[in-house]
Amino acid sequence: MKTYRTHLMLCAGTACVSNNSFKIKEALEKEIKKHGLQDEILVVMTGCNGFCAVGPIMVVKPDGIFYQNLTEEDIPYLVEEHFLKGRPVQKLMYFPPKEKEVIPKMMDIGFFAHQTLIALKNRGLIDPEKIDEYIARDGYKALAKALTSMTPEQVIREIKDSGLRGRGGAGFPTGLKWEFCRKSPGDEKYIICNADEGDPGAFMDRSIIESDPHLVLEGMIIGAYGIGANQGYVYIRNEYPLAMKRLEIAINQAREYGLFGENIFESGFNFDIMIRKGAGAFVCGEETALIASIEGKPPEPRQRPPFPAQSGVWGKPTNINNVETWATVPTIILRGYEWFSAIGTEKSKGTKVFSLVGKINNTGLVEVPMGITLREIIYDIGGGIPGGKKFKAVQTGGPSGGCIPADLIDLPVDYEQLTRVGSIMGSGGMIVMDEDTCVVDIARYFIKFTNDESCGKCTSCREGSEALLEILNKICNGEGEEGDLILLEELGKAIKDASLCGLGQTLPNPVLSTLKYFRDEYEAHIKDKKCPAGVCKALIQYSVDKEKCTGCLLCVKSCPQNAISGKKKEPQTIDQDKCIKCNMCYEVCKFNAILKG
Amino acid sequence: MPRIKIEDLDRISEEIKKATLLREGAGRAKITVHMGTCGISAGAREIMNTLLVEIEKRDIKDIILTTSGCAGLCSKEPMATVELKGEAPVKYIELTPEKIRKILLEHVLGGKIVKEYVLAIGSERIS
Repeated sequence: MKTYRTHLMLCAGTACVSNNSFKIKEALEKEIKKHGLQDEILVVMTGCNGFCAVGPIMVVKPDGIFYQNLTEEDIPYLVEEHFLKGRPVQKLMYFPPKEKEVIPKMMDIGFFAHQTLIALKNRGLIDPEKIDEYIARDGYKALAKALTSMTPEQVIREIKDSGLRGRGGAGFPTGLKWEFCRKSPGDEKYIICNADEGDPGAFMDRSIIESDPHLVLEGMIIGAYGIGANQGYVYIRNEYPLAMKRLEIAINQAREYGLFGENIFESGFNFDIMIRKGAGAFVCGEETALIASIEGKPPEPRQRPPFPAQSGVWGKPTNINNVETWATVPTIILRGYEWFSAIGTEKSKGTKVFSLVGKINNTGLVEVPMGITLREIIYDIGGGIPGGKKFKAVQTGGPSGGCIPADLIDLPVDYEQLTRVGSIMGSGGMIVMDEDTCVVDIARYFIKFTNDESCGKCTSCREGSEALLEILNKICNGEGEEGDLILLEELGKAIKDASLCGLGQTLPNPVLSTLKYFRDEYEAHIKDKKCPAGVCKALIQYSVDKEKCTGCLLCVKSCPQNAISGKKKEPQTIDQDKCIKCNMCYEVCKFNAILKG
Repeated sequence: MPRIKIEDLDRISEEIKKATLLREGAGRAKITVHMGTCGISAGAREIMNTLLVEIEKRDIKDIILTTSGCAGLCSKEPMATVELKGEAPVKYIELTPEKIRKILLEHVLGGKIVKEYVLAIGSERIS
């Protein structure tokens, strides 16, 4: 590889790509050439940098200068100023909310400074389409160590002792799962990487594959060696084209190097891998449904036992782990279980990747040690709630998880604590809600999702989610009755008890947890026919505060129904018959003169 | 690409690290060429090119080469600052390709400051 004085690490994760990072690359290369700097400066396309809120992102190495929100138009000025004349461009740097000065360097930005990276250790530092760059960051060294100096039993022992637990949702101890599969009778065994990420707002697995596909593959080969499997599958949804492309490139490169196939590193161990594309059904994240889908059958979960470790793909012993779990394995093998188990809490070791979304300033992907508090994630890393609004709650674990209220903000995040408050770790989605979010509406949203995604095999899940949705719709439409809440609770518990798989067993969680913490908000909908957050259209009415209205007519212009009228410079009135409650007037008013309620 | 052996991992890693070390932000030594307008017009680009060529030619792996703006002493350009790990930065003035080559060999690689080209040792105070 040629020596350059500067590497421009331009983010090419899905979020930045959809904001034109490939066009920015072209513009950069054109300008660099124009100034004759093509032998000094190299543009490197990396995977997801994590700070998706301010993409497209570029980090200048070695200085560590962080540029954000880049557009093609910025590039000629940027190249001339910074790369020709050596003057970093302030106006393209990170500007923290409420602060007066920009923060030029990436590692000084709160979003990055508070993270601990294991699964994301190479993000933004390598070109994910070049295996050599992965190797230069200790890539495939863990595999070499495992194959030459460890027995399969020792590999499993190491993972067991590290305390690693499944990152896909349930948090089952990974080493123990491997051991079950290893001890299952049979010569033919399989491993699977579950990349069927389906929670709304979750993109951990996609980003890991996009930024560091070899890390996942190396983890899989090590796992296969430990378990005694010779064939692996990556089950990935077809909606992830960029992740799939990088995974294919990575597999091909690794195969050419002899890291897949026969006699890997002359150890006598054989292993190969195939990609299976999923059609994006949420239920395929469930182990047995996923296995059915790999076999070409309809993706319906089945009764367990037998567990996949006894009878999985093609009836053979099979081990399934999630993307993040596999991506954590190489570092544990390389650095040892003591190092890993020193991070985290008593029963939850290591780090966890979260996708931080919703009403939060720094939307993005973060990796933090287990035991960190919600407050640190939401405020120190996430930068707090936009627009000075109040933090209301956070949903963890996606549609299977629960809603955690603001007064539990100092809760340490690990498997046990989240379960204790009625939520789950899940795969790592974290949806932040502010005071303008209605929890009944949120619960309804998640139930609508799981109702759509239920495979229909169990009556409790298929019909139960339908009934939950019906009641929640009623409440949001102002038709809630006394007794509805008790019915929701009873039904929720019955669905949990009677459903076969994780989808049904967890789908009532958003309803049950919001009922637990926000019962008064449900009651306001039913008894007072009010939506305190001002979201449920049937329960709100817009009116004009005659004291505050200046008659600027901004709302009149924005109203699509011509429902607002009045004289210029005088208070306006809203015609309730015409109003469709689109919220436009509320959003445009600069004087807080539109009242909701 | 042929099949690789375990020993090849280190070979590939060494090879790539020469070029990617700068991403880690921590080398044994850092050379900063001052490339303000004054520096460029005085020939800083030639200094930069000389360093790039020498580093590649000599297969030097642990040095970060970077640029910065004007160092404030425009009449003495081209200038460069050499920082060895754990030592005070040294500023060199009125450089030529020959001088920077000597600095690279004697100071950066040899650890001995080339006194005749030095302006000052240490950093300016920042208040």
